[in-house]
Amino acid sequence: MNVADKKRLLREMLFARRFEERCYEAYVERKIGGFLHLYPGQEACCHGVLEAARPGQDYVITGYRDHVHAIKCGADPKEVMAELYAKETGSSKGRGGSMHIFAADHHFMGGYALVGGPFPLAAGMAKAIKMKGGEEIAICFLGDAANNQGTFHESLNMAKLWDLPVLYVCENNLYGIGTRIDRSTAVIDQYKRVSGYNIPSAQEDGQDIEKVFKAAKKAVDHVRSGKGPYFLELMTYRYRGHSMSDSNAYRSKKEERMWSERDPIILLRDRLIKAGEITKDDYKAMDTEILDTIENDVIAFAESSPEPRVEELEKYVLAENDPWVYGGGR
Amino acid sequence: MAEIMYWEAIRRAHDEEMERDPLVICMGEDIGVAGGTYKATKGLYEKYGAERVIDTPISENGYTGVGIGASFLGVRPIIEIMSVNFAWLAMDQLFNSAAKVRYMSGGQVTAPLVVRSAGGTAHQLGAQHSARMEKVFMGIAGLRVVTPSNPRQAYGLLKSAVRCNDPVYINEHELMYNMKGEVPDGEYFHPLEGSEVTREGSDVTLFGYNISVHWCLQAAETLAKEHGINAEVVDLYALAPLDRAGIAATVRKTHRAVIVEEAEPAVGVGAEVMAIINEACFFELDAAPVRVSAANVPVPYNHKLEKAAIPNAADVVAAVRRMFGK
Repeated sequence: MNVADKKRLLREMLFARRFEERCYEAYVERKIGGFLHLYPGQEACCHGVLEAARPGQDYVITGYRDHVHAIKCGADPKEVMAELYAKETGSSKGRGGSMHIFAADHHFMGGYALVGGPFPLAAGMAKAIKMKGGEEIAICFLGDAANNQGTFHESLNMAKLWDLPVLYVCENNLYGIGTRIDRSTAVIDQYKRVSGYNIPSAQEDGQDIEKVFKAAKKAVDHVRSGKGPYFLELMTYRYRGHSMSDSNAYRSKKEERMWSERDPIILLRDRLIKAGEITKDDYKAMDTEILDTIENDVIAFAESSPEPRVEELEKYVLAENDPWVYGGGR
Repeated sequence: MAEIMYWEAIRRAHDEEMERDPLVICMGEDIGVAGGTYKATKGLYEKYGAERVIDTPISENGYTGVGIGASFLGVRPIIEIMSVNFAWLAMDQLFNSAAKVRYMSGGQVTAPLVVRSAGGTAHQLGAQHSARMEKVFMGIAGLRVVTPSNPRQAYGLLKSAVRCNDPVYINEHELMYNMKGEVPDGEYFHPLEGSEVTREGSDVTLFGYNISVHWCLQAAETLAKEHGINAEVVDLYALAPLDRAGIAATVRKTHRAVIVEEAEPAVGVGAEVMAIINEACFFELDAAPVRVSAANVPVPYNHKLEKAAIPNAADVVAAVRRMFGK
């Protein structure tokens, strides 16, 4: 990772942070409805892993905390915000919402809201890639709590059994909604749990993007070289509650402070400042530019976009004019 | 036109579609090396290999999800779930992922896969291997549900389902795999919507689907011979969407309706068809529509109790006679 990459990643992570914070404001203003799961604190996981992969080519899938992954894959932030605003110009045309961001053109295959639901879908995409002989891999990002679903075990078993090109990334933020991992999970280290399926795995600090990148490079290379699945656990922390409806009362201030001192953006920023690659003023200017872009570009687009038409309520339920529905004759 | 068995018809559809398109695969428990519990994939493993004829672990929700994920990228999986009871375990992936993904992605991602599963009550298989779940599947937006009553439909529905861009659930029947029937020698694509008038009649319409079509046909013969009642039999091979126009057309003709279902009555095919009749042609009715359904019990093991729980042709005849006051 060279200096230019680091600077770009600092900007991308800061953009992600500011984007999510602006979502929070819009939610409080009731511009965004439904559930909203925000990503601040975990930015180095998504950015570090996908930096080591081929975003836009590799097929990426995740849970409901999905805005940032979509954007890193190449989704237009304007369209992601418009989706949150439930607009026709949104990435899912206002039909999906925060938990169901899709950008199939960029191979971001969606956010899913059943915990653990994407595990087998990722294995299936990997099966398709393998059948077609492509160089892509499938990457599935999920949280630690998803590993207590049956789909985790079923999917890991099949992924190894058939040596599918799939990378499972576990963003371990220590909480399944409001239940701390040691109160829900018999084995705390998630990377150990996959050894029963003979899948290579590793655990890494998820707050330091350089460490994430390095660990992810190894993981991605393993999968892309045809050696089968890999499981990467990244230790991280979300600053906000599970969703906007979560009071976040179950965590101590001391714990929150400890993690905020290892903020992924601040870590990278200070490293670049210390190395003399950027100044504090550079960072401030970058932040101002990002905030302006989000306000004048992203929010303005979402605000001014039209809502879906009620006349099109039933569009996208089934394929339109599929000849095989009529026996191929029409 | 050759007479072949229901399982042979399904096997032939698999074979033709797999031969045509290398992205058509099939998956399920024991379908490969073992040739399939119902022989529906017999010989395909030898012909197409392990990459395309996939013996899965016993992980219904997991492998259904794998099929769905593969379908996102253009693979056309045909998944066999050995029994509808086991398909319950796959409902999460089928309902939450396959049926909703087109809508919640605004049309960007689709799940064109086929799930076939054997339902119904066979012989003393007990409560957890005798299931009539079509009522659940047909209530899910984004999922097509069809149910073949004969080898021609079994062949033609699968052929169309594989090519259709929607997820299609095919409800087969434990007792029907050895049923013989005529199937066109050339390729045949059965529509995934609509209904078929299997027997023309004028006095009452007997609605059936899958195995209950045969009870209706038997009952219609008895009614004609012994009671002078000329029944029309309509085969509802498509359960989702149901054929509103077809249902209304036959009721306008006969003015009476009996719906025959192998399942318990609550929230079922009968209830849904009655609702359609109410909405579409209530004033055409000469009598209140009637359901002939299973008893509301888990299917018993004891043979006598099992028989008593499931309707048959005699029950249909009795219901029609009551309707006519005979």
